[in-house]
Amino acid sequence: MAERKLQIAIYWGAGCGGCDVAILDTNEFILDVAALADIRLWPIATDGKYADIEALADGELDLTLFNGAVRNSENEHVARLLRAKSQLMVAFGSCAHLGGIPGLANLSSKREIFERAYLDNPSIEAGSTAQPQPRSQVAAGELEIPVFYQRVYRLADIVEVDYTVPGCPPAPDQIKAVLLAVAQGALPPRGAVVGASERCVCDDCPRVKKEKKVRAFHRPWQILQDQELCLLEQGILCAGSATRSGCGVRCPNSGMPCRGCYGPAPNVSDQGAKLVSALASIIDSRDPEEIERILDGVPDIMGYAYRFGLPGSTLQRSHAHA
Amino acid sequence: MPRTITIDPITRLEGHGKVAIFLDDEGRVRDSYFQIPELRGFERFVVGRPIEELPRIVTRICGVCPASHHMASAKAVDGCFGGEIAPLAHKLRDMYYHAHFMHSHIAHFYALAAPDFVCGPDSDPATRNILGVVAKVGLEIGGAVIKARAMAQRIQTILGGRSTHLVWCLPGGVSKGLSAPELEEIRPLVRELREFAAFSLQLFRDVVLGNPAYVDLILNGPYNLRVQQMGLVDEHDAVTFYQGHVRVVDCEGAEICRYAPEDYARHVAEHVESWSYLKFPYLKQRGWQGFVEGVDSSIYCATPLSRLNVAERMATPGAQEAYEEMFSVLGAKPCLALMAQHWARLVEMVQNAEMLQRHCDDPEITSPEFRVIPQRITGEGVGIVEAMRGTLTHHYTCDEQGICTSANLIVGTTNNNAAIQMTVKKAAEAFIQPGQEPTQGILNRLEMGFRAFDPCYSCATHTLPGQMPLEVTVWQGGSVLREFRRNVD
Amino acid sequence: MAFEPKIVGFLCNWCSYTGADLAGTSRVKYPPNVRAIRVMCSARVDPTFVVKAFREGADGVLICGCHPGDCHYSEGNYKTMRRVPLLKRLLADYGIEPERVRLEWVSASEGQRFAEVVGEITEAVRRLGPCRIKHNLETDLAER
Repeated sequence: MAERKLQIAIYWGAGCGGCDVAILDTNEFILDVAALADIRLWPIATDGKYADIEALADGELDLTLFNGAVRNSENEHVARLLRAKSQLMVAFGSCAHLGGIPGLANLSSKREIFERAYLDNPSIEAGSTAQPQPRSQVAAGELEIPVFYQRVYRLADIVEVDYTVPGCPPAPDQIKAVLLAVAQGALPPRGAVVGASERCVCDDCPRVKKEKKVRAFHRPWQILQDQELCLLEQGILCAGSATRSGCGVRCPNSGMPCRGCYGPAPNVSDQGAKLVSALASIIDSRDPEEIERILDGVPDIMGYAYRFGLPGSTLQRSHAHA
Repeated sequence: MPRTITIDPITRLEGHGKVAIFLDDEGRVRDSYFQIPELRGFERFVVGRPIEELPRIVTRICGVCPASHHMASAKAVDGCFGGEIAPLAHKLRDMYYHAHFMHSHIAHFYALAAPDFVCGPDSDPATRNILGVVAKVGLEIGGAVIKARAMAQRIQTILGGRSTHLVWCLPGGVSKGLSAPELEEIRPLVRELREFAAFSLQLFRDVVLGNPAYVDLILNGPYNLRVQQMGLVDEHDAVTFYQGHVRVVDCEGAEICRYAPEDYARHVAEHVESWSYLKFPYLKQRGWQGFVEGVDSSIYCATPLSRLNVAERMATPGAQEAYEEMFSVLGAKPCLALMAQHWARLVEMVQNAEMLQRHCDDPEITSPEFRVIPQRITGEGVGIVEAMRGTLTHHYTCDEQGICTSANLIVGTTNNNAAIQMTVKKAAEAFIQPGQEPTQGILNRLEMGFRAFDPCYSCATHTLPGQMPLEVTVWQGGSVLREFRRNVD
Repeated sequence: MAFEPKIVGFLCNWCSYTGADLAGTSRVKYPPNVRAIRVMCSARVDPTFVVKAFREGADGVLICGCHPGDCHYSEGNYKTMRRVPLLKRLLADYGIEPERVRLEWVSASEGQRFAEVVGEITEAVRRLGPCRIKHNLETDLAER
């Protein structure tokens, strides 16, 4: 059949390559993708360059899967470029969806990050005052590097996003389902979260759930967990109750609690706020002082509530600095 | 006309980068710069997190080698808990790590590097990739490659619960052990991976060593750098990946230093250039001298080839055979021909597969004693492993509640930043001819220079070592024994 | 012009909203800075409401419920008693000072007390100055 192959781009902003590996983890399916589509840009695996994308007509790409957050001017520039050239723009993975782990940098300022990195640190060459600059003059000419922004943004903060595939990384069988849906023209209405379920992780977690009454919270290393019983019921913080399912419950099945990488459960606008509500609700105490002591067993509530979703939270970043 | 040629973005590697080449009036290469445009801030934003969370946060430095960070991090965390850990956990972690190495080496060799050799350096960019390789070698071999990497990922999932971004290590050990049925699932996969490692070496012999042009490229091409070599060795000076001490050898084979993880800061420092977000590690005691080669240079690289250079042997018999074969072709150690890194990776894969077999045959491996509850928080730890791309160091401190107070990372690819800068420049000078517009194939030959290093720029740009101000006074019997200040005005 | 704090007040229907009404009918003088929102129970106050309030420009949030033991729904205010301290810790990590969020038990007969509480939180927030969150988030992209 002489049908036109889909033209697709797979690109990374401030990410780690895990989403790209997850696509490769669809294994033989990647060969089916190659039969259905021309991959015009996928820096980890193919040799498409920015100039090749700039040369395309607007809308010439059927689909862009954009993973990684927007941390600098290059991430933003390419997000806008791909948006213009693509029919569909998909926020792929936690970082593009919510900011991801790099979003934790929103608890610091750019100045603090640079100081720690290039100046105020004993590994640095003694006496060095150099810092990365957007433009540098060297003997032979001028060099440019992207501007590091003051904070991290989600993809949807920068361009219009048509679909979201959540997860860190998205589970390979979910990726396969999404790509098949694209190929068959079977996607739901725009704006949907795809490649995930409409339930929360607890609904799919095989652990036994009885009654949640917690008198103490434990760090995962402080007790030997019962591997059949709900982790939260044992006092181990687990974000499953506020998190969308679709991952296969891979962390609790490894013996470790969920940290929320698939983002807020359906109909939840702020994952961390919901997690605060859930955790507090199960505390078995009516005494304010005792409650405070029990809460002391939750170090770093920010890091639990918004491990993957700080830029995507209602308040998006620390406001302690300007 | 003086002008600039840019390669943007560089491709078939992990992470972001670009190359800027300046030509003079005659069109000769005047200078070349390998720039890393990315930075995320891990060393800053892990501060304040419970230290046991770091192994599952730092995996997100890199999605290709997350287990490298997970293991180095776990070992640094082990140190923060006084080193108290179930001994079986080390074996299980080592077993996992070999499977992880194989996944990454397979991905790199076949998907990232092979296109240049199988399709050819000048071939059409649209097909110069894993799909083009499969088209050329056929679906049977292509399918075998995909299946092999899938098996390596599957072993990790069975053993540790997840492959990419595992969450397995915690203070005192690991969160799940290996059951007898799980071991029986893994056994046939290991057998197949042993065969695949041998197959990959044979493919390399046929496709690369059997092609005189490629052999010439390896031995006599511009990808050759006289810089020092770094790698991890075990107590027999054999190549090791999970546990050992660091050995540094100069480009003529003389040992420069050997150190335990705790002493890393005495031997490695970092230089900053304004034109890249990535810093340039160098040998501290020699001082930064610029991008220079030679036996006195402070530039070093840490790569699969470096590992084989600094060690005296491999740790398993099949790998040892492959190691000896390699050096019989390449000549004396240390071998400085950077293209040979592709070969070194395949030799390592043999050891990975043989070690997986050894662990399968260890009767203790399915024991339920994979975790203990640590009793003390001692506050500091350094974990060093070999990432697939080079020596990886994680150094943490935490307070008495086990909350991270500082993190310092020196990452695999970061070690090689200067070496890559120099290699790309050499390639530019060798391949870009004055008066001729460089073809995409010529520019691809520059990229082949860094590709040999299997760089991982997401790793390298975790960013920025940071250390909290620290003031320590040690008292003994009412008087001050010693004082230590760091970053305190 | 002096800074006039905008404070969102979540008042539970059975006790504290009635107490606020009493302050009004008793003509007790107190600052007008609290915008009252009636909820059936203080436990209805989802932490999402509080972060939303700050996102929309609130300088402070007041949550009032029945005294422990007096909740119309028996257990509701105990949940509030646990939620608000944890929420305040989270907000502190966002850079929101603890004085901007206050949980108080106000009964239906405590009109005077309600007025005092409003006066106290208004002054505490006035001293802290405006909460910059809404401004920050509206200008971040332009100043990136």
